[in-house]
Amino acid sequence: MRYLPHTEEDIQTMMARIGVKNFEELFPTVPRDCRHDEAMALPPPHTEWEIDAHMEELRSMMSMGAQGNVLVGAGSYHHNIPSIIPSLTSRSEFLTAYTPYQPEMAQGTLQGVFEYQTLTARLLGVDVANASMYDGASALAEGLLMALRLSRKKKKVAVSRAVHPHYRDVVATYFRPTEFEVVELPFQEDGRTDLSSLSDISDLAAVALQSPNFFGVLEDLQAAATVIHAQEALLVAGFTEPLAFGLFKNPGSQGADIVCGEGQSFGIARSFGGPGLGMFGCKEQFVRNMPGRLVGETVDLEGKRGFVLTLATREQHIRREKATSNICSNQGINTITATMYMAALGGSGIAKLARLNYDKAAYMKERLAEAGATLFAAPGFNEFVVEFSGDFSGAHKALLQENIFAGLELGRYYPELQGRYLFCVTETTPRAVIDRIVEEVKK
Amino acid sequence: MKELDEIKLPDDLLYTRDHEWAKLVGDEVLVGITDYAQDQLGDIVFVEMPEEGDSFGAGEEFGTLESVKAVSELYIPLSGEVVAVNEELDDAPELINKDPYSAWIIKVKPDDPEELEDLLDHDAYLKLLEGE
Amino acid sequence: MKNAPGDSGLILKEPLLWEKGKKGRNGMSIPESDVPAASLPEDLLGEGPDFPDLSEIDVVRHYTRLSQWNFGVDTGMYPLGSCTMKYNPKINEKQAAAPGITAAHPLLPEEQCQGMLKLMYELQNHLAAITGMDAVSLQPAAGAHGELAGMLVFAAYHRSRNSTRTKILIPDTAHGTNPASAALCGYRPVKVVSGRRGILEASDIKDLMDEETAGIMITNPNTLGLFEENIREIAALVHEKGGLVYCDGANMNAIMGIVDLKKCGVDVLHLNLHKTFSTPHGGGGPGAGPVCVTAELEKFLPVPRVAYDGDAYVLQYDRPDSIGRVHAFFGNFGVLVRAYSYILAMGAENLKKASQYAVLNACYVKESLKGYLHLPYNRPCMHEVVFTDKLQQDKKVSTLDMAKRLMDCGYHPPTIYFPLVVSGAIMIEPTESECLEDLDVFIEVFKNVVKEADEKPDLLRASPTRFKVRRLDETQAARNPCLRG
Repeated sequence: MRYLPHTEEDIQTMMARIGVKNFEELFPTVPRDCRHDEAMALPPPHTEWEIDAHMEELRSMMSMGAQGNVLVGAGSYHHNIPSIIPSLTSRSEFLTAYTPYQPEMAQGTLQGVFEYQTLTARLLGVDVANASMYDGASALAEGLLMALRLSRKKKKVAVSRAVHPHYRDVVATYFRPTEFEVVELPFQEDGRTDLSSLSDISDLAAVALQSPNFFGVLEDLQAAATVIHAQEALLVAGFTEPLAFGLFKNPGSQGADIVCGEGQSFGIARSFGGPGLGMFGCKEQFVRNMPGRLVGETVDLEGKRGFVLTLATREQHIRREKATSNICSNQGINTITATMYMAALGGSGIAKLARLNYDKAAYMKERLAEAGATLFAAPGFNEFVVEFSGDFSGAHKALLQENIFAGLELGRYYPELQGRYLFCVTETTPRAVIDRIVEEVKK
Repeated sequence: MKELDEIKLPDDLLYTRDHEWAKLVGDEVLVGITDYAQDQLGDIVFVEMPEEGDSFGAGEEFGTLESVKAVSELYIPLSGEVVAVNEELDDAPELINKDPYSAWIIKVKPDDPEELEDLLDHDAYLKLLEGE
Repeated sequence: MKNAPGDSGLILKEPLLWEKGKKGRNGMSIPESDVPAASLPEDLLGEGPDFPDLSEIDVVRHYTRLSQWNFGVDTGMYPLGSCTMKYNPKINEKQAAAPGITAAHPLLPEEQCQGMLKLMYELQNHLAAITGMDAVSLQPAAGAHGELAGMLVFAAYHRSRNSTRTKILIPDTAHGTNPASAALCGYRPVKVVSGRRGILEASDIKDLMDEETAGIMITNPNTLGLFEENIREIAALVHEKGGLVYCDGANMNAIMGIVDLKKCGVDVLHLNLHKTFSTPHGGGGPGAGPVCVTAELEKFLPVPRVAYDGDAYVLQYDRPDSIGRVHAFFGNFGVLVRAYSYILAMGAENLKKASQYAVLNACYVKESLKGYLHLPYNRPCMHEVVFTDKLQQDKKVSTLDMAKRLMDCGYHPPTIYFPLVVSGAIMIEPTESECLEDLDVFIEVFKNVVKEADEKPDLLRASPTRFKVRRLDETQAARNPCLRG
């Protein structure tokens, strides 16, 4: 086997030094009744070419292939990925390194993550961003737990129903064994969160909003922050589409205390939903309560700039059960990927690309409205919910036959929105496809 | 690390088994950590202190000290209310390394000053260190 | 050491991203708009992030230079204990990067994504076959995330039996993630002190286990590289009091094809695909931490479950006893693809060989360095061996000094100062990827470092000297944190 370099002769030499005669003697401490009775039931060893063929077969079982037009985001977005990204991220000095515990031989990873923290903090408008969490959903759960730690004695958090339903599921999972309670906030007819019930909730540590929210609608975070802070609670602002901050106000500048969301849009493939990138930031005064790794700048013996993992006393390997989280790994290579993407795009590019997404979505919304569809009234970015004048399911099916995934039906997530569809339009969506969908709607 | 005979232990202080010192000044008690404790911890990078007005029972945790790779709990030598915290340590935790006996951490108004009698004197604490 | 791979470096300076570039450059093509410009909601418009503008070559050189300051498994031997830094096959990367996979949207209708579901279903079955467990969820995104899912299963199980339990037994050799994961589920960790032999003794468990204790979290092989040989007896004691047994499978690389975890009495186990199953660590992630359980506990696994109904692969959501979702979608799917590709390449026989060779390599290093380095537990080790710096202390040379000197000799150092139960620990895990000649050079180099510790201790204390930076001031970094530019 090509991954195993041992020859029979090597094995004999090594066994002689150890003083054993066979592999059986190498495992004297494993009791007989702990052992496998027979060989593991697995497929036989495959050659490279057999693996290729097998995987090709699995991929061929995908009716919506790589060429399909997917007009669905909902937490996983189709954006162009420049060729430099797969080329550079596959450099094995990045890819096959471990967590940078020995900083002198991991300055590449460490500077890369420091740059990620910096650009992420600038993007989100926060003082500090960590080295990332697993995904947007777990980042939100951790953000709410962090807010509860900061509030010390309070026991409740409120989460908008316009937050991604899967994220709310993950929050529920994390909260179930705790003493804390999650209250849901309804959304208004215009697609924004209804905060009017907030003042009735006592003992509130934090409120989680997402902007753009699950419906693609931009929340008025600034107004929300004022109300939430008046109640001495923290605003935890989530997101699934960070490209929006290329054009619209970021959460930090509107008063969010903790900002957490999904960074997959930035150069990371959809890849059936993972691995993504949990972006996480906060105000500086909260940093010691933050979960996750942090990289900091320092100097070496000779005064030269260098980077190290720092403030590790928050983390599980030191503080164990009193740590700010159980998280150990981060999304490593995906932080580098996202930074490459932000760097390649640049300040000028992100503004232009965000505008393009906005314009294309606006174009489709306008065409659909002309065709009789109804939309949420509040402004949005590149996603939007459509209520058709008639039943759209037939058209949806017909379009699938043409390799167009025309929106996500919302009934499964919101029974009251049964029959409405969530669409996403990005720079990758051809105008012809938009026109084709509108044409089908008009039928 | 220092050898035992290098560790400074002023005669006029009282000590705990958790390596804090206490000093009665008027009717208040200053609390810090001993030279032995700071030496064991190494470079202190952060001191987490209680808020003024917090009350603790003798032996309860009132804060933590952090070095780069360790966290160590601070235990209050006697019951009482925290009347002051040493805010200088917020920006300069290294003061504890430089002189652990002038870098007090909290000032306590004791509930019962007689609890001081339960603490170790210089000789008893030295004996404790010899055993470690 | 003339045989050591470390030589001179090819290191170029490279500033931070925002210290280069010029407004107006760009490094990525953006399509021209083919739609009219729409009106904007003025009150919501932002200033846009302050990113530098760079050209494509700026970005390429930046990351190429940064990469050259890094050391990976592809660069050289990386014997980092408990991390299983084995070779990461290239064909795995190729599969994960195939357009049909990278373009797959996670909310495609089930009939549209049968291939992806089939892959997950088969991987679940393969991991079950390897561990001996009955059911697997691939959703957790990392080892610690798998632990959390496992502890949530514990909590759900006890809740289903109307049993309130507040404590959990965790050995003193455990990774910090274990107590932290248990604490997230409201369990107070109770420390179990490992015995004189470096393993758990059943009598200690008997004393500690009671009906307020949810169970035990065991790492097996443990972090001293020793097999917990009393595991069946311990499991029986825990089960007797109504508790469950969790196994941290971080060290699974020692026992594939050898140990059946279910027969050991394990109820819940997590695996680290980025360790045992050859997926790259990526400088910190992403990993994947599937959680494996007995048939009795399957109903508690996260939703959606990937299943096969005899006709098609399906996602099951309606599972009322489930702990719920732990990830936005299906976990780190791209990592799952790599592990699947690895298992296909290896087959049962080679996976078993990988474990045998991993143990052979560790035992060989142990026998070869014993006497040069202090060996606190001279017992048959598994895939890793733990030494200490005890013999070097009289020269005031520490584990850290030896680790830094090894770097100058061209090696990534072993894991140091872990496990905590051994003072000055040096934990070496060579993995099966290293051949005899390379192990021999490593051993000679380490022996030479030990000799230098005796003869030239200052050389070690001044190491490393051959990298872009010398030893870094971590105290300064923590006292005055500078976390962004």
